[in-house]
Amino acid sequence: MKKSNWLLLVLTLALSMFLAACSGGGDSSSEGGESSGSDNEGSGGDGEQVLNLSESADIPTMDSSMATDAVAFQWLGSTKDGLYRLDEDAQAEPGIAKDHEVSEDGTTYTFNLREDATWSNGDPVTAEDFVYAWQRAVNPDTGSEYGPYMMNGVIKNAEAIASGEMEVSELGVTAKDDYTLEVQLEQATPYFETLTSFGTFLPLNQDFVEEQGDNYAQEADALLSNGPYKFQEWNHGEGWTVVKNEDYWDAENVKLDKINVNVVKDTATGVNLYNSGEIDRTNLSSEFVDEYRSSEEFQIKDEPTLFYIKMNQEGEVLSNVNARKAIQYAIDRQGMVDVILNNGSKASTGQVPENFVSHPESGKDFRELNGDLVTSDLEKAKEHWNKAKEELGKDSVELEYLGGDTETAKNLDAYIKDQLEQLEGLSVKVNSVPFEVRLERDTNMNYQLQNAGWGPDYIDPNTFLNLWLTDGGNNHTGYASEEYDKLINEANTDLAQDPEARWENFLKAEELLMKEDAVLAPLYQRSVAQLQKPYVKGVYVNPMGADYTYKYAYIEGK
Amino acid sequence: MVRYILERLVYMLITLLLIATMTFFLMKLLPGTPLSAADKLSEEQQAIVLEKYGLNDPLPVQYFNYITGLFQGDLGLSFQFDNREVTTILLERMGPSMTLGAQSLILGTIIGVLLGLMAAIYHNGVVDYGSTFIAVIGKSIPSFVFAGILQFYLGVQWGLFPVALWEGWEYTILPTIALAIFPIAIAARYMRTEMLEVLGSDFITTARAKGVNKFGVVFKHGLRNALIPIITIIGPLAVSLMTGTLVIENIFSVPGIGEQFVKSINTNDYPIIMGTTLFFSFLFILIILIIDLLYGLIDPRIRLTEGD
Repeated sequence: MKKSNWLLLVLTLALSMFLAACSGGGDSSSEGGESSGSDNEGSGGDGEQVLNLSESADIPTMDSSMATDAVAFQWLGSTKDGLYRLDEDAQAEPGIAKDHEVSEDGTTYTFNLREDATWSNGDPVTAEDFVYAWQRAVNPDTGSEYGPYMMNGVIKNAEAIASGEMEVSELGVTAKDDYTLEVQLEQATPYFETLTSFGTFLPLNQDFVEEQGDNYAQEADALLSNGPYKFQEWNHGEGWTVVKNEDYWDAENVKLDKINVNVVKDTATGVNLYNSGEIDRTNLSSEFVDEYRSSEEFQIKDEPTLFYIKMNQEGEVLSNVNARKAIQYAIDRQGMVDVILNNGSKASTGQVPENFVSHPESGKDFRELNGDLVTSDLEKAKEHWNKAKEELGKDSVELEYLGGDTETAKNLDAYIKDQLEQLEGLSVKVNSVPFEVRLERDTNMNYQLQNAGWGPDYIDPNTFLNLWLTDGGNNHTGYASEEYDKLINEANTDLAQDPEARWENFLKAEELLMKEDAVLAPLYQRSVAQLQKPYVKGVYVNPMGADYTYKYAYIEGK
Repeated sequence: MVRYILERLVYMLITLLLIATMTFFLMKLLPGTPLSAADKLSEEQQAIVLEKYGLNDPLPVQYFNYITGLFQGDLGLSFQFDNREVTTILLERMGPSMTLGAQSLILGTIIGVLLGLMAAIYHNGVVDYGSTFIAVIGKSIPSFVFAGILQFYLGVQWGLFPVALWEGWEYTILPTIALAIFPIAIAARYMRTEMLEVLGSDFITTARAKGVNKFGVVFKHGLRNALIPIITIIGPLAVSLMTGTLVIENIFSVPGIGEQFVKSINTNDYPIIMGTTLFFSFLFILIILIIDLLYGLIDPRIRLTEGD
């Protein structure tokens, strides 16, 4: 008995020593954790201008020609200036370009560049840097995906160059002198000004890029900045730090000294880090929304991304317009966004999102002008469904529904199945597949119903509406309407110079698409619920490109 | 002995080559392409980009190119991290996973073995039941639940340890404890069973009869005999701990390899899939070899008789 007590004592001692060692380390760290961000560099003091953020993934690449995703575009946009930047209202504000002239026919843009802009190695930013970057982006040897995607059909000869049929030097962009850039477009492009703020159009310093070779943009020291911030540290997989670029042409308007970014993949972890003061903003998934909804730090970030059901018109049932209308009417969208998504997402009633584009004259929102094109009305749904059944000569119909394989997607799809099966004789078979599989089946038009989404590539209704052209590369619904094609094509050619008439065409086209032809069943416009510390000020949300503008951000009252 | 090791190394190479071949062709059966904007590009545009990376070549040609590169020590370039070398990525990401794996393995085994020993010595007593209880809990509670609880109480509520992130040694404490629970449970259970068996055997009774005290018997005679099965399970356990776990890495924001491996499969990042698979396999085979050699050290009866 005595011996056993002795052994227990030893074990307890050993354990407590171990625990003591651990908590010792923990104490020192939590002290440091209070002022996380300062602990790296040791710049103390109250009200320091440091923003601590998290991203859900590492930056895949900082090479602007290769970037394809939100994280890359975010940090490219924070460290680099293109011709123009987006201001608080998503309008163009001067970046490297001071101003520009447009030719009468709208196809030639001449940008006058500022002469005081420099790269972080001291080189001046010149028109040549844009020529090099744009040529590099469409050059098939670069292997860029967004280069051809953003420039084909916009910049003159881009398409021919991207498919290897023409020399890169034929691209419609030339440096008239060091500070004058001339751009030839394929056709008048009314949204070209804001388009130049997009990551793919950012300039590159040729000497630096070629000197770095394969190493370019792989590490913090293999990067050049000409924007508000520059990279100080980049620990792959872990996070990165950008600091104010003192040589930036507009440095006097940049108030933050530093932004620390950590890669945090798990939402619950993000919330825990937010609550312990390590990060200043975190996104919430729906299960956290109810807990934090009443908090003053709770906010909803609207996004112009739409989700909808694509209906394959090559199938027998869905070629029937009444069947498609029945599906449009049958879904209670409000219930869907309130209960299933519960993150601030809004029921969508058209195919151009809310708060995305506004009328060139009156300034009214596109959605407001065209109204709710698709509503939820079970009675009408049943009416159309009965008509459809009659026309098809069928009593019972089974449709396959392709959905995503995430937890949220599965809940959503179960809801939609339930809603659609209110139509008598309709049974819906949900097939949850990975994104790649859905894409492949979409391309081969091997589906009946499909949950799909789209985010804008530039600020113009065209980015949502040209998808449904008969020969649209992403149409894949079998929708082919001469009238629709005419409206969209006209808006992009004859009416390109006439903003109001062009707008009318888009309004009509959307109505035709959603109301008369019932090509798609809209679901929701995505929002992100988040928590943000009250001392974070001056962060703008953008509808495309970089999600946020940090140039004017500052910390007040921390 | 040297010859035996050389022989094993040759087998190792053959095994790796087989694994490379299998993985290569299985991986190509995955739907989709490594393109990240495949939903936006037309088929023609996709084909142009794929051409640049040699992905339009017939499979045997791609396979041949890959294996040729492999023999020159070239694992290729990643797709998700454009043009970043797979070797670089592996090296960056292995560090954190290996650290956590090694720490949790050492911590877990030591505590587990001690618990098991105590349980065996105080067979059917409070200590025994306590240890069994811990073992059952450790094995049955999913690691994400345990990790979440640790993070919330020790990190957020009591502020003893950093909540998450990876900025120094103190950041490894919570993930190490979370990972150690499983080896603790496993080691404790095995140790208890084995020890009970050994303690019941004749030579122990003889030793006791000759006057060796209880602890002398346990540590000098019992432990060595009971260690064999533990070592057998520790090998694979070490590999699985050191190659990282998606769940723990995500919860504690550890920049490890486990998460990267899963993501490479989801994004069809072929070179990373190959690189990590080969690396994991190599580690596994290596550990098995080490264990085979360790057996001999611990138990002379299994020592290699041939040559040496």
